[in-house]
Amino acid sequence: MLEIKGLQVKLEEEDKQILKGVDLKIEPGTVHAIMGPNGSGKSTLSYVLSGKGGYEVTGGSAELEGQDLLEMEPEDRAALGLFLAFQYPVEIPGVGNMTFLRTAVNAQRKARGEEELSAGDFLKEVRAKAKSLKIDAEMLKRPVNVGFSGGEKKRNEILQMAMLEPKMCILDETDSGLDVDAMKLVSEGVNALRSEGRSFLVITHYQRLLDHIKPDIVHIMADGRIIKSGGPELALEVENNGYADILAEVA
Amino acid sequence: MALAKLKMDTTDARLAGVVVPEGAAWSNDVRADALSRVSQMGLPTKRDEYWKYTDPASLTAPVAPKASLFINDEGPLFDAVDRVRIVFVDGVFDADASDDLVAEGVEITRLADAMQTDIHWVKDLYGVLEKRGQTPVARPLAALNTALATDGVVIRVTGKAAKPINFIYLHKDETSDAALHNVIKVEAGAEMTLLETGPAAARFSKTLEVDVADDGAFHHVRAQGRDHERRAVTHCFARIGTRSTFKSFTLTFNGVLTRNECIIEIIGDDAVAHVAGACVGDGRDFHHDDTVFVTHDSLNCESRQVFKKVLRNGATGVFQGKILVKAGAQKTDGYQISQSLLLDDDSQFLAKPELEIYADDVACSHGSTSGAIDETALFYLRSRGVSHDEARNLLTLSFLAESLEEIEDDGLADELRDRLEAWLARHS
Repeated sequence: MLEIKGLQVKLEEEDKQILKGVDLKIEPGTVHAIMGPNGSGKSTLSYVLSGKGGYEVTGGSAELEGQDLLEMEPEDRAALGLFLAFQYPVEIPGVGNMTFLRTAVNAQRKARGEEELSAGDFLKEVRAKAKSLKIDAEMLKRPVNVGFSGGEKKRNEILQMAMLEPKMCILDETDSGLDVDAMKLVSEGVNALRSEGRSFLVITHYQRLLDHIKPDIVHIMADGRIIKSGGPELALEVENNGYADILAEVA
Repeated sequence: MALAKLKMDTTDARLAGVVVPEGAAWSNDVRADALSRVSQMGLPTKRDEYWKYTDPASLTAPVAPKASLFINDEGPLFDAVDRVRIVFVDGVFDADASDDLVAEGVEITRLADAMQTDIHWVKDLYGVLEKRGQTPVARPLAALNTALATDGVVIRVTGKAAKPINFIYLHKDETSDAALHNVIKVEAGAEMTLLETGPAAARFSKTLEVDVADDGAFHHVRAQGRDHERRAVTHCFARIGTRSTFKSFTLTFNGVLTRNECIIEIIGDDAVAHVAGACVGDGRDFHHDDTVFVTHDSLNCESRQVFKKVLRNGATGVFQGKILVKAGAQKTDGYQISQSLLLDDDSQFLAKPELEIYADDVACSHGSTSGAIDETALFYLRSRGVSHDEARNLLTLSFLAESLEEIEDDGLADELRDRLEAWLARHS
C-alpha cells in the first residue's frame, strides 16, 4: 500500500533537517502506529505525505500503490486514496460543513473519472454516517469546524474519512484533546472503517488510543528516523517505561 | 473663497454648454440652485482629501470616456422574482421593455413627468436630501446630478409594497453618458424593496434620495456590474425616522471606476441603518470605492457598515467610512468593518475608517483588515481532494459571506452568491 524509503525532509525556510531517512512499508489492511517523543518528526511525516507546503524533500521516496506521492498536488494524493486526519482540524468560517463534504466527495469522484453523487444520495449517506458518529444535523449545517469542541472536530475528521473512503488513512494525534468517551467514539468510527483494502497509520503519544484501535505493528520514531519496530507490546513498553530505555538501547 | 485653478478649470470645462432640463417652475429653481452650488463648491479633483484614493478626472471630464460592451451569457438577475421592472437603456426610460408602473402599495411616476407638475412630496425631497448631505463633506457630483438628471422615477410607498421594484440599467451604447435621479418616499409604516441591476452606461451618474418615515422599512439590493470599461458615480442620500429600517447591499463586478457614496442621516429614535457591499475585481482596470457617511442624531439607534472586497491582478479597492454621533445621540450602537482579500501582491486596498463621537453613552467599533488567502485552510481543503482553484474560490466566497448575510431576503442573497460563484469560476 504505502512504501517509504529513506525519506529525508528539511524545512524550506530554514536549514533544519527533520526527517533523516525514514523507512516504512505498510501492507494493505494493516494498522501501523508510530509513537515517539515530541519533535521526533511524526507530524512532519504526515504532512509531507499529504503534500503540505513548507517542506523540502532532500532524499528518498514515498509511493502509494506504486505511484510517486511526493511529486503530486495534495488534491491528487487525496484522489489516489490518501487521507490525513488533522491534529488540529482547520476552522473555515462561511463554508458549510455539508457543502465542504459534498465538494470534496465529488471532486475526488470526478478526479477518478467516476460519476458525481446526486444530492439525494449524498444526503442519505452523510446522514447515516454522521449518525453513527453522533454528529447531529445542526453540526452538519454549521460552517466547517467553527465553534466545534475538540471532540466534535475529531469526529468531523472521521466523518470526512468515512465519506471519502480512502485507502490509506493517516491519523495525526487524533487522540489529543479527547476525553475518554470521545476517544471511544472516534475509535469506533475508525474501527468501523477497517477493511482488507484499507490501511491505517496512527500517530500518537499514548498507548491509550491503541487500546481502542489495535495496531498490527508499532514503530518508535526518534530524531527523524524509525528506530524500532515491533508488535503491540512495544506500545505497552513505552507506556510503562517511557522512551528512555528504547533510546538508550539503540544509541 | 476662490477655487484652486485646477478645480475651477475642471468645473468650467464640465459646465460649459450643459443643458439643464426644463420643467415646472419649482424644478427649474431646484436645478438652478444645484448648478450654482456646483459652481461654488467646484467639481472634485484628485487634490481633494475626499478623492485622495480615487481620481475623479474621468467622472468630471466634459465628455464621457468610451466603454465597450462586455457581453456574457448570463441571464438577467432576479428573473424568477415577481417584480415591477423599470428599464433604462443608457439612462433613458424604456416604456416598452418595462412593466406597467403599478403595484399595490406604491405610486410610481416617471421623473420627467414629476418635474413638470407640482407633486408636493417630490418638491419636498428632490435635491433636498442631496443638499442636506453636502455638509459636513461636499459632494459636488451629486449636486451636478440634481441639476442635470434627465430621467429616473419617483416612488411613493403608501403601504406594504406588493412586490419589489427593479430598476434595470442596460448599457447598449459605448459612448453613453447617463444621469438618473430617483426619489423614494416611504410613508409611515410602509415598506418596500428596491432592486437595481445592470451596467447602466459608459459613464453613469445616479442619485437616489430616500426618505423613510416612522416605522417604515426600505430594503435595497443592488448589483452593479459586468462591463470592464464602465464608470459610475452613485449617491444614495437617506433620511430615516423613528423605529424605521434602512438596509442597503451592493454587489459590484468589474468596472474601471466605481464610486458609491451612501449618506445616511438617522433622525428618529430606535432606528436601524445597515449598509453593506461586496466587490470582486480582477486586473488593473478595476477600481472600486465605497464611501459611507452615517450620522446619528437620535436615541438608541443602530448602524452597521460591512464591506468586503476581493482584489486580484492589480485591482484597487477603497473604503472611506464614517460614523458621526452627534451630541445627545445616546445609546448609539455603531459598527463598521471593511476588509479586503488580496489574492496577490499587485492588488491594493486603501481604507479610511473614521469615528467622530460627541455623545458619552455609545458603543461604536470599527475595524479594517487586508489579508491573503489562509494557506492552512487552503491545504486543508486540498487534502480532501478539492482542487487548488476550487478551494481558493470556496475560501473567497466564505470571505464574502459576512457581507451577503446582510441581505435579509435569502432568495436574493442566494442568487447573488451564485453569480459570485460563477464570476470566480470564470476568473480562476
